[in-house]
Formats: sequence, structure tokens, C-alpha cells
Amino acid sequence: MAEGTQPEVLFWVGCAGSFDQRAQKITKAFATILDKVGVSFAIMGKEEMCTGDPARRSGNEFLFQMMAYNNIQLLNGYEVKKIVTACPHCFNIFKNEYPSLGGNYEVIHHTTFINSLINEGKIVMKEGGAFKGKKITYHDSCYLGRANQIYEAPRAVLEALDVELVEMKRCKTNGLCCGAGGAQMFKEDEPGDKRINIERSEEALATGASVIAANCPFCTTMLMDGVKNKEKEDEVQVLDIAEMVAQSI
Amino acid sequence: MHIIQQILFVLLVAAAVFLFARKVREIRRNINLGKDEKINDNPAARWKNMLLLAFGQKKMFKRMTPAILHFFVYAGFVIINIEILEIILDGIFGTHRMFAPYLGSLYPVLIGIFEILAALVLVSCAIFLVRRNILKLKRLNQSELNGWPKTDANAILITEIVLMSLLLTMNAADFNLQQLGSEHYHPVGAFWVSGFIAPLFNGMSEGALMGLERGAWWLHIVGIFAFLNYLPYSKHLHIVLAFPNAYYAKLMPQGEMKNMPEIQNEVLYMMEPDKAPTDLDPNAAPPRFGAKDVTDLSWKNLMDAYSCTECGRCTANCPANMTGKKLSPRKIMMDTRDRMEEMSKNIDANKGSFVEDGKSLLHDYITTEELRACTTCNACVEACPVSIDPLSIILQLRRNLVMEESNAPQEWNQMFGNIENNMAPWKFSPDDRDKWVGEMG
Repeated sequence: MAEGTQPEVLFWVGCAGSFDQRAQKITKAFATILDKVGVSFAIMGKEEMCTGDPARRSGNEFLFQMMAYNNIQLLNGYEVKKIVTACPHCFNIFKNEYPSLGGNYEVIHHTTFINSLINEGKIVMKEGGAFKGKKITYHDSCYLGRANQIYEAPRAVLEALDVELVEMKRCKTNGLCCGAGGAQMFKEDEPGDKRINIERSEEALATGASVIAANCPFCTTMLMDGVKNKEKEDEVQVLDIAEMVAQSI
Repeated sequence: MHIIQQILFVLLVAAAVFLFARKVREIRRNINLGKDEKINDNPAARWKNMLLLAFGQKKMFKRMTPAILHFFVYAGFVIINIEILEIILDGIFGTHRMFAPYLGSLYPVLIGIFEILAALVLVSCAIFLVRRNILKLKRLNQSELNGWPKTDANAILITEIVLMSLLLTMNAADFNLQQLGSEHYHPVGAFWVSGFIAPLFNGMSEGALMGLERGAWWLHIVGIFAFLNYLPYSKHLHIVLAFPNAYYAKLMPQGEMKNMPEIQNEVLYMMEPDKAPTDLDPNAAPPRFGAKDVTDLSWKNLMDAYSCTECGRCTANCPANMTGKKLSPRKIMMDTRDRMEEMSKNIDANKGSFVEDGKSLLHDYITTEELRACTTCNACVEACPVSIDPLSIILQLRRNLVMEESNAPQEWNQMFGNIENNMAPWKFSPDDRDKWVGEMG
């Protein structure tokens, strides 16, 4: 971006996608897809900053407003028009909360973006892909699902992968949280009898799926921990939809 | 004799309406303890919500068994009210079944339909009592319901059963009187349900039957007026407030948190001092950030609290609650109403103005442990059939905790520090943010 060219889209990586080792794989997978398809994209690189989501949701509005101010200055300075992100929390903030603060962009979640690339015929899955016919369950993240009513695009991508989709009982509007939202990712659970990610992972494992598909780096981490806790990590993978697509083209 | 009954009846109606109106004014005042907020955008979408969510009970149908039973009770309530109109007019004018001559052969059909509904209400309420007290459904037996809330719930169901039984008894006795050719009792024929009860009263004298019919008639209508006046003290108020509450429901995406323009501006003036207004009153009291008490919440939050019928769908769907944490969105709503009513009593006792009582919604009713357990997943908001938003209250209280009390767990304070210093919630150097690029194949 700093080079003065105007790429098609800004890929907003997000903190998890940038720093978390597991989530970096999702970032790389999505960048691979964009490269292969020939979508010109930019990243903010070292200039990217936290959107302020965990600060705002834990109650620290000052810190959120600081981050929002700085990010909007930066994005507007680069005349960013279109943002794609692999994090539903960043997506929600950009789409719903930055506009009233002066940040107006077309914002797309990566699962929706991938789905349109498939529909436009730009992504073509290879014959007999890695997931063809496999039993797969899909976890709706709260911030893509209930928060923004995006339920179908990620499922359409899974359909294009020719998987056998098995839904959990609590899905779509009734989807169960992974336990990370509302800044819970950054602290221990409050006292209780179970961790939320265990509850959700048990439900996902009960479907008998060999892959739990996710759309959020935080959900991915939470569900992987849950699967490990149940000692199923050798049989069941937790993968972001971008990773599944990257392996199939 | 008749004229005394008519006078008594008119006095009863006047008293019932007067008392109810007085309580309605009090509730209106209590809701207005909340902060003013304009909610009048997009009326078309709002009417649609009222039609689908309140009138059509759309969200109830996520769980079929209670949805169908509840629908019977709801339809019964709305439709049987047409007969209440006749009963009230009969009471005032000293007539009996005054609509019968006008409706002709349609009359027994209408009453028949009302009776079937009455029977369905009766059976549904009985099943509801079983679900609550014998099957002990978890959502209807959680700790926040101990004491008055459980009594309230059972009282409502039992009252409805009694009222419906009285209606059917009245009609059954009426039929027996018709057969005896009793003056005053129009020969409209047996009704669809009470026709089966009528044989129980065979052989009773005309006087006894009239006593039974009049007794049931009076108890029924007195019961209705008593129930009307019980509503504002009860969780059952949802039958009224579900409608405006759906109209005023949040229309923006569920994921969107309400902005705080006062803080937005403070940050703006800090970053761009030339934009700061110069005519600020230096002596103005600093605003309170977030909500500590019900008076800091919006009036819509307070109307939410009065609309809650404590069904617990929010709590049953709350990931924190189902994994044993203290948070229960239903309790958040019940606490908000309890605190509001405590303030209301305080205002009444102190000639119309609130005298500081050293208490607040935060801490005295809702604890930090409850607030910190929320994942902001919106499951409670999605689950509520009457458009209540418990998350809105939780987030406003969290803002107060963090910004006014600096009350956050240690890990959150570290997260805040990391965001401020490293631009990420973890302790990584901003220089490493794009390190993954170099690792791409």
C-alpha cells in the first residue's frame, strides 16, 4: 500500500492471524488462494493495529476509541475502499462499528470472498479433492453468524468442496459460542463446572465428523484445545475454511 | 335487587380501571427513570417486528411443545376477551347474554369456540404446571426463581385454570336453567364444552342453579379484574409489554455495540486539540461512563426488564450458564426490575423524589463475576421471544466497571497494556506483524 499502487482489496490480517502460530497458517492459506486466483491485494504490514474489539467488549471504550481513531486515520490515508479479513471480530468492527466513527469501507469476510470467487469460476477445485465425501461439521462463529447473519456463504464453500456436511444440533441462529468472544480469549474462564470450548468440542465430536470447519482464528484455537482435551487430535482436525480450500486447488 | 347488582358492578369496574391506571402510571414513571433515547427510525421494520415477534410469536416456535401450548393460552386470552365485553355490558345494563338476540344462530357457535379455547387454555395451563412442578424442567427451576418468582408463575397458571373453570361452570348452569325454562335465561342451547358438564348439575333446583350461575359469573368477572390488577406486580406483564418491546427492539446488526460519542469526542480532542470546543464549562460534573445503576441505563433496557416473563430461554442458551458459571441473562433482567422497583418504592416514600440509599444495580444486585463470564455471543438476545436485550445491560455495566472503577481481571489489564503499547492484545513486537510473509512458500 505504501508503494502507491491501488490493489483490488486490502487483506486485513488481524492480530491472531499475524502473531498466533496456528492462525498464521490460516493467513498463509488465504494469501495462497488470493495469489493463485490472481487477486491483487495488499496488507497493512507493520502498520496494522488491533481494531480494539477485545478492549471495547471488555468495557474499555477509551482504548477502543484510540485504536479506532488511529486505524481509521491510517485506512482513510491510504484511501482503502475494500477490506477482506479472515477474522469475524475484525469484520464486525469494520462493518458495523467504524462507519459511525468515520471509517466507511466495503467489508467482506474471507468465507464470503472465497464463495464469490467460486461462483465467478475463479476458484476451481481439483478433481477428487482432499475433503471429497468426508464427513465434516461446521461451527458458526458468533460474530459471523448471529452478529451478522452470515450462515450460507461458508456452507456453500463446503458444498463446493463436495463434503458430507453434518450439522450440530446447535447451529446457525442457535449456534453455541466457542468461549472466546467478549475478550474471554484473554483471560481464564470464571468459576464453573466446565469450559465452554469443551462443551462445544464435545458437540462437534459427537457428529462423528473427521474435520471441524471454522471461520474464525479464535474459534479454531478454542476447538483445537477442546479436541486435544478429549484426546481426539489424531482423528479429528480443526480447520479454517480457507485452509480447506487452499488444500483443494 | 337487579339495580343493586348493577351499581355494585359499575363500582367494581370503576375501581378496577382506576387502580390499574394508577399502577400503569407508576410503571411508566419507572421506565422513564432510564436515560432518554430516541427510538423512532424505520417504522416499517418496527411494525413488522411487532407483527411477527409479538403478534405472531415467531421466536416461540423454536421450541414446538411450549410454543403450541403457549399459543392456545394466548389465542384463548385474546379471543375470549370478546366474551368479556359481553359480560361487562351485561353487568352494567343488568341484561343476560345481550349479544344473543343480535347474533341469532351464530351466537352458540361463537360461545362454542370460546369454550373450546377455554378448555385448551385450561389443559395447557395444567401441562405448564406439570412441567414446572413435577417434571421440573431445568430452565423453570434455576436458582434465580426461588421464592416469589416461582409462586408468581404458579399463581398465574392456577388463576387461569380457575377462571376458565368458572366460565365453563357458568355456561353449564346456564344450559340447565334454559332447560327448566327459567325466565331471563335465553334458550340458546347447549354449548360445545359445557354441554358435557351440564349433566353434573341435573336435578338441582332452579334457585340453586341460579346461585351457581350467578356465583360463577361474579367470581369469573371479579377474578378477571383482580388478575388485571395483579399483572403489573407480576412477570405476566409480558402480555402487554411484548408488543411495544418488539416495536422498540434493536434494528441494527446484533453484533454492533452502541457507540459512546462522549468518549469518541474526548479521543478526537486529544488527537486534534484544534477541534476541541473552547466554551466547555470547567465546573460541569464529569459524565458517568457506562451504567452503575438503573438510572444510567436506557429506558428501553428498563422496559425490557418489565417485559421479561422469566421463561429462561436466554439462560438456557447462555454458554456461560450452561457450563456452570454464575451469569444468567434472566437474572440480569430480574435484578434490573427489582432494583427499579426498589427505587420506585423509595420515590413513593419520599414524596416523589429519590433519596440516595447507598445501593446500586452493579455490585448490590449484579456481581463482577457474573459480568465477566459473558462471551457477548448474543445467544440470549436471539433466544428471547419478546425482544429483550440482556447483553446491552451487561456491556454497559462492564464499561462502568472498567472505566470508572478500573475493575478488570489482571489478564485484561495486561491485554489493555499490550494493545496500547504493541498494538496487539498479546506481547508481540509490531515489527513481527508481517513475519508470516517471509515464511510463505
